[in-house]
Amino acid sequence: MKSLEELKRIKEQTLKEMDLRQAKERGKVIVAMGTCGIAAGAKDALMAIIEELEKADIHDVKVVQSGCMGLCDKEPTVEVAMKDQPAVIYGDVNDANARRIVREHVQGGNVVADLVIKRENI
Amino acid sequence: MIRNQLLVCAGGACITSGEKSVKDVLVDELKKNGIEDEVQVIETGCMGACDLGPIVVVYPEGTFYQKVTVENAGLIVNEHLVKGRTVSELLYSEPTSEKKAQTSGDIPFYTRQVKRVLRNCGVIDPLSIEEYIARDGYFALGKALEMTPDDIIGVVLDSGLRGRGGAGFPTGLKWKATRAAQGSPKYVVCNGDEGDPGAFMDRSVLEGDPHSIIEAMAIAGYAIGAEQGYMYVRAEYPLAIERFEYAIGKAREYGFLGRNILGTSFSFDIEIRIGAGAFVCGEETALLRSIEGKRGTPSIKPPFPAQSGLWNKPTLINNVETYANIPQIITNGAEWFRSVGTAKSPGTKVFALAGMVQNTGLVEVPMGTTLRELVFDIGGGIPGGKKFKAAQTGGPSGGVITPDYLDMPIDYDTLKEIGTIMGSGGLIVLDETSCMVDVAKFYLGFTVDESCGKCTPCREGTRQMFHMMEQICDGKGKDGDIEKLTKLGKCIIDTSLCGLGQTAPNPVLSTIRFYEDEYRAHIYDKKCPAHVCKHLLTYSVTADKCVGCTACARQCSVHAITGEVKKVHVIDQSKCIKCGSCYEICRFGAIRKE
Repeated sequence: MKSLEELKRIKEQTLKEMDLRQAKERGKVIVAMGTCGIAAGAKDALMAIIEELEKADIHDVKVVQSGCMGLCDKEPTVEVAMKDQPAVIYGDVNDANARRIVREHVQGGNVVADLVIKRENI
Repeated sequence: MIRNQLLVCAGGACITSGEKSVKDVLVDELKKNGIEDEVQVIETGCMGACDLGPIVVVYPEGTFYQKVTVENAGLIVNEHLVKGRTVSELLYSEPTSEKKAQTSGDIPFYTRQVKRVLRNCGVIDPLSIEEYIARDGYFALGKALEMTPDDIIGVVLDSGLRGRGGAGFPTGLKWKATRAAQGSPKYVVCNGDEGDPGAFMDRSVLEGDPHSIIEAMAIAGYAIGAEQGYMYVRAEYPLAIERFEYAIGKAREYGFLGRNILGTSFSFDIEIRIGAGAFVCGEETALLRSIEGKRGTPSIKPPFPAQSGLWNKPTLINNVETYANIPQIITNGAEWFRSVGTAKSPGTKVFALAGMVQNTGLVEVPMGTTLRELVFDIGGGIPGGKKFKAAQTGGPSGGVITPDYLDMPIDYDTLKEIGTIMGSGGLIVLDETSCMVDVAKFYLGFTVDESCGKCTPCREGTRQMFHMMEQICDGKGKDGDIEKLTKLGKCIIDTSLCGLGQTAPNPVLSTIRFYEDEYRAHIYDKKCPAHVCKHLLTYSVTADKCVGCTACARQCSVHAITGEVKKVHVIDQSKCIKCGSCYEICRFGAIRKE
């Protein structure tokens, strides 16, 4: 360690690893991990979301899990609850859809209309 | 890709209550579920809420699981991490409202604290220097090395930081005096002896955030012109020693200790010296003798360590908690430090809350917080609906705070005014079942044992006081004892060589000041109002409650109780040894204790 620049580099790098422990104020993505969700591939959705957020360098959004919300037919389901918007629930979230939700909704701020669970379909 | 982190508190109390086995279960269950690569388990330093341990916090949610056992640890993995369901049986529930707290932010014990000294404890992995750096660690050292030593000392002076070991001497003045002193080499010493029964904030900092002390000592070395530091820590703290030793190794590897730190001409290193656990070695001159390998006995001041300390060279000696404040003062400035606390005692203080209080553990609050906030808001009040009687601060060197002072802001000066001291921050809550004479006798007994014997007032004086306290508790107190204790106590304070003797009579003098009626009851009425002093108790049978079941007579080991079946029993006072077993066994409340 010879300089403050080197120190800053370690700080930035480690902060990423400690990211899960930081306060995340902008919102959260909730992945339903009931037995039905897991069977339908919720784990893949969960990991895809975490990976995509990391890729997009987004650190102020929490990814948490919940139990089954009763929409077993639409699993895997993912709820995006950003602070300044009403919560949106997506259904049939596979790996590719999960990445779209992060890119278009969390990053871009636009609801991914074709993946939203529609009331008439419940 | 890591999706969750489990922070497991590996502070002393949690380890004692089974943290290691809980962690093993967590790791096993993660493997069984095949998610060991997605979920990271990290052991941290003390999270503070020691009576809730072992504690496991799940991130990113921040879900706070308490009193986790080997039997139910698996639920955290199988329910929370696999199925996304919070394990509500492991959440903390508020004793009065029974509302479940999801995160530590929902628990009053945590929300009312201001964490500065403990800011990293329970948050980072103490073995990871990278995590310390990520929390701005070693940036203060970098900043300090770009300042002049005099500027650094100026900031410490302006901050108003006072010695957290108990005496409250302005830290900046010590630094200034040591820098100004003639003589070379100079030394930096950290006092981690922490001998007060019940106090463990220094241990927690050393275990939970060791790099903060290394950084502070290096800054101090640069400021006073020293190249060598010594960390003096008691042998009873093996985990603190282990983690500090490891941290020193890492700091050397990263170049925060050693030659030419951060590319400057400044060189500094630290060695650990382990104390054998004598209370007197917390006194700075005795501590320095102990580091030199000599018997730990104090010497007369002046000369102060700043002029003539370790091997008669100028030495800066501060306590662990004092050093823990330094990096943040350098980073954020004196004004920031003064933004909490009182005008004469700025900053925060860590208290070890113990005794008759709902929530025990380590709490950090701004100076000037009232005892009521500490005991009732943070501590959750007295268990079992009992009445608050007093709080003991400063351990064997301190005294009591009575209910009359519950709303007094606590700082160095207000405590001194009412005859006690801040001390290192032990705060023991006493309820109505505590006998103040007995409490004072306990602390005095501690100092009698720990007196090093070098000076007569402390060696002989405390012994004589202790003898009188024993006599009083045994019902052999005589008229004039209170006056004699007061006179002798003041004489010991005036004439003892070091801080140990100069404060040893405090528990007695303080309790005489506020609870003289209890002393009088012991001496003149031969009664212990709190029913603690065994020799002053009388057990007797209440005739109209006794059904003659004979349980007490059969229980009595000295056959002091006689009576026939279904007839009122009688206790022979000349035979009774006051063991209390009849009182315990009687199902009809017929045994009276007074």
